[in-house]
Amino acid sequence: MAKRDVPPRWDRRMQQRLARGEAAALGELYDRFASLVHGLAHRVLGDERAADNITREVFVHIWEHPDSYDSQQGPLRTWVAALTQRLAVQRLRATETATLAREGSGTTEELERRVRRASVAARADYIVQSMPVPLRSALERAYFQRRDYHQTAADLGITEEEARRRLRLGLQLLSTAHDSEAPGAPPGYGGAA
Amino acid sequence: MNGPDRFEAYDDHEGEDSHEELGGHEKRDNIRNENGIRDERRESGPGGPGPGDEQGAGDRQPPQIPMPRASVEDGSLPLPAPPPPVRPVLEHPVLKSLLGAWALAACPAEEAAAVESHLGECGACADEARRLREAVGLLQRPESLDLDPGLRTRVLESCLERRPPRVPVPDWAVAYDAETARLDALLQDFGDAEWHAPVRLRWFRGDEPTSRRTTVAGVIAHLLSVDGLVAVALGLDDPLGDVASPHPTPAARTEAYWRASHFPPTRAVRVPWREQSHRLVRTVSFTGGGFDGTRVRYGDFELPLHDAMLDRAFECWVHAEDIADAVDYPFDPPSPRHLHRMIDLAARMLPIALAHRRSTGLAAPARQRLVAAGEPGRSLRLEIEGSGGGEWLIPLDSPAAKGSAEHEVAHVALDGVEFCHLAAGHVPPQEAAAGQVGDKEAIRDVLFAAASLSRM
Repeated sequence: MAKRDVPPRWDRRMQQRLARGEAAALGELYDRFASLVHGLAHRVLGDERAADNITREVFVHIWEHPDSYDSQQGPLRTWVAALTQRLAVQRLRATETATLAREGSGTTEELERRVRRASVAARADYIVQSMPVPLRSALERAYFQRRDYHQTAADLGITEEEARRRLRLGLQLLSTAHDSEAPGAPPGYGGAA
Repeated sequence: MNGPDRFEAYDDHEGEDSHEELGGHEKRDNIRNENGIRDERRESGPGGPGPGDEQGAGDRQPPQIPMPRASVEDGSLPLPAPPPPVRPVLEHPVLKSLLGAWALAACPAEEAAAVESHLGECGACADEARRLREAVGLLQRPESLDLDPGLRTRVLESCLERRPPRVPVPDWAVAYDAETARLDALLQDFGDAEWHAPVRLRWFRGDEPTSRRTTVAGVIAHLLSVDGLVAVALGLDDPLGDVASPHPTPAARTEAYWRASHFPPTRAVRVPWREQSHRLVRTVSFTGGGFDGTRVRYGDFELPLHDAMLDRAFECWVHAEDIADAVDYPFDPPSPRHLHRMIDLAARMLPIALAHRRSTGLAAPARQRLVAAGEPGRSLRLEIEGSGGGEWLIPLDSPAAKGSAEHEVAHVALDGVEFCHLAAGHVPPQEAAAGQVGDKEAIRDVLFAAASLSRM
């Protein structure tokens, strides 16, 4: 479950503690974000070992450069997600480029398309995880459990109008996963990068 | 409501802070052909898998992969469901509000048909419908989030090598940090059914096995209550708060905590437990050296802070195993390094447990009544096999005596995890699969003493 209700104060305190070199803070940071980081990296790279490596890179980066996070720009969670995605997409592009050079099959356009697709998929995951719980549970009912919106409304104890609104809003949020400046560029959620 | 602003629903509601997280709300007119994620989870929707072309949508090349379920006006395929004889007459705002449900194939057939016929007439709705259909293709089941439990240690070690910490976690607290993190990760995806799954806590009282029924949430409440003894010793808040416990023992505190809540513990107990465990690690990191003389009182005995943290790591693992068993999840033993420290603690506590048993008539009387403190005495060689193992010489006649190879009267060999299960009261001493040589009485006394280390 996304831990969205963490106050920004936690983010700032965490950053201060990391900057102070507190190993216990690093452990807490890992406990809060490891599954997010690993999940996103895995979505981009599709490989367990590669996702482990990105997870390590992300936490090493934060631990070595705690000041690169600016709490004015948005929540730490968002920043961590953006950093993960950037590193994972870089890795994907590097791996794919090496394969292209070695085997000579495929084109740069195909490569860029794959990179872009992986990156959109990861962003979509993050959006689903961070969207308000009422929206997420409506989407889960309608999509994964194949309930129609009347049933979804009944399941959730809300009006049918509200069920329609939540499904539409949830998809609107999700569709923003397609928005980014250029393929592979730092993703633009909340201006974090 | 029928303007080109496709995001009014977004803007009107849901004041939560996800706005910032989701970022950029610029106009989104450049996305049409950027799909390419195939929706593999649904066989078909009311629109059916369409050709996915969007001729006239812009100047980009057509997508390589068909759209999951193209809007009806985009494709030439007939509707899979025949239109019902009478269509409900719906107004634009209602039709528009149906777009999400329609894109998800979550509309009854007649409403879907009404939406589709509207899309042929209303460009704004058609645009949004296309966009929402694309979004459906992005919905994916969350990946299994079972992280390799060893990854945490590896990642943290990499970090700390690259930039040594100014405030390290003391090495005697690392096992507690790791075990609480492993348990927390196990709890991560638990639903209500798991939180309320029955668990039987088992331990030894005297020489008899005993048990107490609770739930997964009840076990976490137990860990919270007993970890609280360390919190109190460090001057932190007692998680029991105003709840009075008749005795400061682990069992009494737990029972008091359970009794004080009107309802059985729920998943809500996870956060205070986790916050307290983080606070303990943090506090001993800052003041580790300053607590050298600190002892943690368990009511009928006490331990130095370092050992108490190890003891809590051990209990956390044992109860994590109880929980994992209850919900049928796999759960590995601690890393060899941490396991070794836990075994070492139990081995060091054995002479005291033996003396206690002797004083209550449960163990055979000492053979050598006068072993001076620090002098070698009759000993049992405890050989622990497997990773994390080692050898310990357990003085038999007095906790003050020194274990001695020359005075070895018995030798017991046993697997490390098995020994821990014995010390946790989860394996009866009679059944501990031990290789045994030498004085049978001494062996029996030591195995029973190991079981007597267990408590709720």
